[in-house]
Amino acid sequence: MKGPARRIWGLLYRHLALYRRSWPRLLELAYWPVLQMCIWGFTARFIAGRIADAPGGSAHAAALAAAALLGGVLLWEVALRSQMGFAISFMEEIWSRNLGHVFVSPLRPWELVAALLGMSVIRMLAGVLPAIGVAYLLYAFNLFMLGPVVVLFFANLMLMGWAVALAVVSLILRHGAGAEALAWSVLFGLTPFAAVFYPVSVLPGALQAIAFVVPASHVFEGMRAALLTGMIRWDQLGLAFGLNLIWIVGASLLFAQQFRAARRRGALLSMGE
Amino acid sequence: MNAIQVEGLTKRYGATLAVDGLDFAVAPGTTLGLLGGNGAGKTTTIAMLLGLLIPTAGSIRVLGHDMARERFAALARMNFSSPYVSLPARLTVAENLRVYAHLYGVPRAERRITELAAELDLTGLLARPAGQLSAGQKTRVALAKALINRPEVLLLDEPTASLDPDTGDWVRSWLERYRADSGCTILLASHNMAEVERLCSQVLMLKQGRIVDRGSPAELLGRYGREDMEEVFLDIARNRRSATATHAEAGS
Repeated sequence: MKGPARRIWGLLYRHLALYRRSWPRLLELAYWPVLQMCIWGFTARFIAGRIADAPGGSAHAAALAAAALLGGVLLWEVALRSQMGFAISFMEEIWSRNLGHVFVSPLRPWELVAALLGMSVIRMLAGVLPAIGVAYLLYAFNLFMLGPVVVLFFANLMLMGWAVALAVVSLILRHGAGAEALAWSVLFGLTPFAAVFYPVSVLPGALQAIAFVVPASHVFEGMRAALLTGMIRWDQLGLAFGLNLIWIVGASLLFAQQFRAARRRGALLSMGE
Repeated sequence: MNAIQVEGLTKRYGATLAVDGLDFAVAPGTTLGLLGGNGAGKTTTIAMLLGLLIPTAGSIRVLGHDMARERFAALARMNFSSPYVSLPARLTVAENLRVYAHLYGVPRAERRITELAAELDLTGLLARPAGQLSAGQKTRVALAKALINRPEVLLLDEPTASLDPDTGDWVRSWLERYRADSGCTILLASHNMAEVERLCSQVLMLKQGRIVDRGSPAELLGRYGREDMEEVFLDIARNRRSATATHAEAGS
């Protein structure tokens, strides 16, 4: 390995070595997604039971409602874990007061971002795959029954998570470690507009406009369409990809601007102290 | 060609002038000391030399590379150590060194790590987490990290701060030997006057971001009529004039 690939691997190795030695850290990656799946799985089972038992209710409608809920939980975890995986890996450098060393090495900022993206994918898979397994074993819900399109859903939600994470890291560069709470909270704040558990149409008009510019809302509309009708909504997927492109470009510009501003202020050396 | 060439280097934070028009050069294979009290601008200068901080004005060339446009080419040939920047505490010494070997693209990394561990007496510590080491051991690991890429320019910010006299002396001896053997150029910021006197061929005396005097330790001692650098430092800190300046004024 040479050049950029080796430097990116160097930073990936730094994080992987950390997880290799610490099983609680590894367990923590899967803890919340699995816990969420357990809670929402039982909730879905309860709701599905009520629907099936209601006058005029059918087992099929109940199964669809449960599947929409569980699919929403699992796919939303993809976005959440991707965003946190990126932002928290960056925070690790601040917590260990190592940023100064990293930024005086020949590592380019885009290589740092590439390494953080790599860690984001690894952390997301370590969290979401066990939750997918739990959904299958406990509730007989197979996310992959949606077909190969599920890969596009994953890709879109990861892209959105990364855009948010880049913006969060930019804010940390701007405001220092004091802004670290954003690494956990920002995407949760977007949940009402992401239409994870309900269609965009149930939102009031003004909120529908906000939901329209959130890429995840189009993914979840597409997921529900695939579940209910078996159709792939390419229009929704196209919108999600288009919006993600805009979000990623915007977040990248913000990151580049804040990185340069941090170099102007000397924040890269003092951050974490 | 000088290893480091600095012209008109200035850093302003709002109304505060942290570094005010520094001009200096460091010849290859020599050690330059930056000496000054707290807030004199030593760390700010080092941060600008490393590209961590963008200067308000002026230019920096390291190994012929303009740091404003080609800093990554220079950074691959430089390294840095400071007690105020840590290595990840939960990674072992070997893992930390491996990370930086990758970041600096060191060929035959494992051999280099073994070699440095032997030189810096770290062999028995390679499997230990960096956070469990004593201050002296951490300093040696930080030095190993700073030398992983066989830097041609080494920037050291207070390399012996918080070390006991014996360990501090060991580090100074080691640096002296390393510079002589490798031909590395060293820029050293320190509060330790004995260290500066022993290691540096040239010294810049900084005060409020400006160079107030410069020369070899022997020249400075002669100019101020003092026995050691600590007295020279106090003369400058307390605005006492050098013997040469006073003599020159009396003569004019």
